[in-house]
Amino acid sequence: MSLDLHGPGLWYATRATGLVALLLLTVSVLLGILTAGRFATENWPRFLSQGLHRNTSLLVLAFLILHVGTTVVDTYTTIPLVAAFVPFASDYKAAWLSLGAVALDLLLALVATSLVRRRLGHGTWRRVHWLAYACWPVAVAHGLGIGTDRGAAWVLVLSMACVLAVLGTAGWRVITAARPGPTQ
Amino acid sequence: MTATRLLAGVADAAGLQDYERWYGPLPGPGGPPGRARSRSRSRRPERLIEIIEAAGLTGRGGAGFPAGRKMRSVAARPGRKAVVANGAEGEPASRKDRLLLTRLPHLVLDGITLAAAAVGADEAYLCAHGTDSGLLRRLGHAVAERQAAGLDPVPIRVTGIPARYVSSEQSSIVQYLNGGPGRPTFSPPRPHERGVNGKPTLVHNVETLAHMAMIARHGHRWFRGAGLPSAPGSMLVTVSGAVTRPGVYEIEMGTTAGEVIMLAGGPAERLQALLIGGYFGAWLPVEAAWPVPMTHAGLRAAGGALGAGIVIAFPAAACPIAETARVARYLAEESARQCGPCRLGLPALADALASLAFSGDQGGSADDIAALIPLVERRGACRHPDGAAQLARSLLTAFPADVHRHRWQGACDGVRRPPLLPLPR
Amino acid sequence: MSTSLRINPIACTGHGMCAELLPEVIELDRWGYPVVVSPAIPRSLLEYARRAARACPTLALLVEEKAGKHR
Repeated sequence: MSLDLHGPGLWYATRATGLVALLLLTVSVLLGILTAGRFATENWPRFLSQGLHRNTSLLVLAFLILHVGTTVVDTYTTIPLVAAFVPFASDYKAAWLSLGAVALDLLLALVATSLVRRRLGHGTWRRVHWLAYACWPVAVAHGLGIGTDRGAAWVLVLSMACVLAVLGTAGWRVITAARPGPTQ
Repeated sequence: MTATRLLAGVADAAGLQDYERWYGPLPGPGGPPGRARSRSRSRRPERLIEIIEAAGLTGRGGAGFPAGRKMRSVAARPGRKAVVANGAEGEPASRKDRLLLTRLPHLVLDGITLAAAAVGADEAYLCAHGTDSGLLRRLGHAVAERQAAGLDPVPIRVTGIPARYVSSEQSSIVQYLNGGPGRPTFSPPRPHERGVNGKPTLVHNVETLAHMAMIARHGHRWFRGAGLPSAPGSMLVTVSGAVTRPGVYEIEMGTTAGEVIMLAGGPAERLQALLIGGYFGAWLPVEAAWPVPMTHAGLRAAGGALGAGIVIAFPAAACPIAETARVARYLAEESARQCGPCRLGLPALADALASLAFSGDQGGSADDIAALIPLVERRGACRHPDGAAQLARSLLTAFPADVHRHRWQGACDGVRRPPLLPLPR
Repeated sequence: MSTSLRINPIACTGHGMCAELLPEVIELDRWGYPVVVSPAIPRSLLEYARRAARACPTLALLVEEKAGKHR
């Protein structure tokens, strides 16, 4: 079996891994909000939200490696590797692609600081981690704007669902934080 | 008994000339009596530390830690050091530091200069409450007088710090001097490891430094000529409450609490208890307290604490539960609010005490007090909650009959008396 | 070599993850703040203690090694 570097195969792979990465990123953001919001039930302890959040984030990175890899290798378009990290390093749909680069850069910052959290200290780590609220919408915008699947209804529905989930959970977080609890 | 060593029977020696006339000029660092400012300072600084150790001087700020050992641990570290004189008397019932700084600032300033030379400091601070602008101004004058006379090789910076109860704690002062808000910090590092501007910092109460200045003049044997072998020297006590002559007195270490009350003119009315050590101290029934020697070990053995030498005479006609409830409320409000168990536990403790004092045992407040004590003790970054816990615990131990009466019969008549224990504002 | 648990009470915000991950040694008080039942950690729990310290959202749980005393 030979790998067709010019045909649609890689293109499907790019779209698929991108979509999965976005879904997983959404899940990671949701879990992060639940962790910060100290969500817990009898069967769902707090460390579960945190543990899954960390693992999901790493999984997002794994899918992004595939997503970037398939994009670069695909000869149908000439997108250099550097465009995955540097905005406007490629002419192909420059603006929307750049959003992807920004999202990836932010994600790398989030993961890197989290890996060395103990050396950084909590204060610095926390300030950088707020960037998660920038990373996710930029990723969503990249996914919608890059246009290759905009026509497919199910992709739109999926994106909508992600947005609603994050907005809803963030709303829950804001409400519970405003309510004075025993540790206020 | 009463001692006139620090205070030397002097009404006021705030001016440098008066001071030097009464006390004599300061000898070179580490030297007993002599006018000469020693030229060979290289070996001298350690001499002072040895002399302070031989004298057995302990800190007079409340903790009673051996002063010489503290100096040695700072001096042993590499690099330049800092010295901080803590004159920010946080305890509302204490007046001794203020008296020293007002009447004998030069004794304290001598102590700072001696300590700075002994540990190798290049920064020195004298701290008092920032709201006390008159005192700060006078201290500034005293420092300027000395600068003109060329007395302090390391310039002493008079600094006003926030007038909060927790701000006079040692790590708070260091944090404030480093530009922070003046709240206790988590250790490590301790001030003697890394403090002001990252330097190993020696923090001493102003009275401790005053004693150092006396020891430098008269030697360690002179210092040990008063007090007990295990607790040598003299100390300042602030006596208040139901006594005829409240005020600051100098006593030999080991003087009994009863003798201290008599020094202050004796009880003004019949007493039921003594509160020794201030709001960081403990209640003791008067019969148990009377023969107890004023030393750290003596009071610990009696279930109390010496603290910074505060003795409050508590009359039989007042209600200790109501007074403790007021103090607990003050301590709760003075929390730096950094640690959950203190921020939440002290108000709960104050509520339970107030409930017991004024409403009887509604909702088991007496049991709640006992349950809260271990929940706040040693669970903060500083000792603030420990003080409240100790006060509450000693209340339950010293006044079981009153607690019992409040539980089953409600508030006693004593709660209607005007408040006795001093609180700011 | 002895290992003990310490909590930085200023950093601690009462999240409670430590009590979930190390229930043998850490309990929560009535306000959700951790109480260390016994600071000394037995060797069997050492790895769990380290994991709990890594999980603490504010890095308030500290596992401290102290050199043992020689007899």
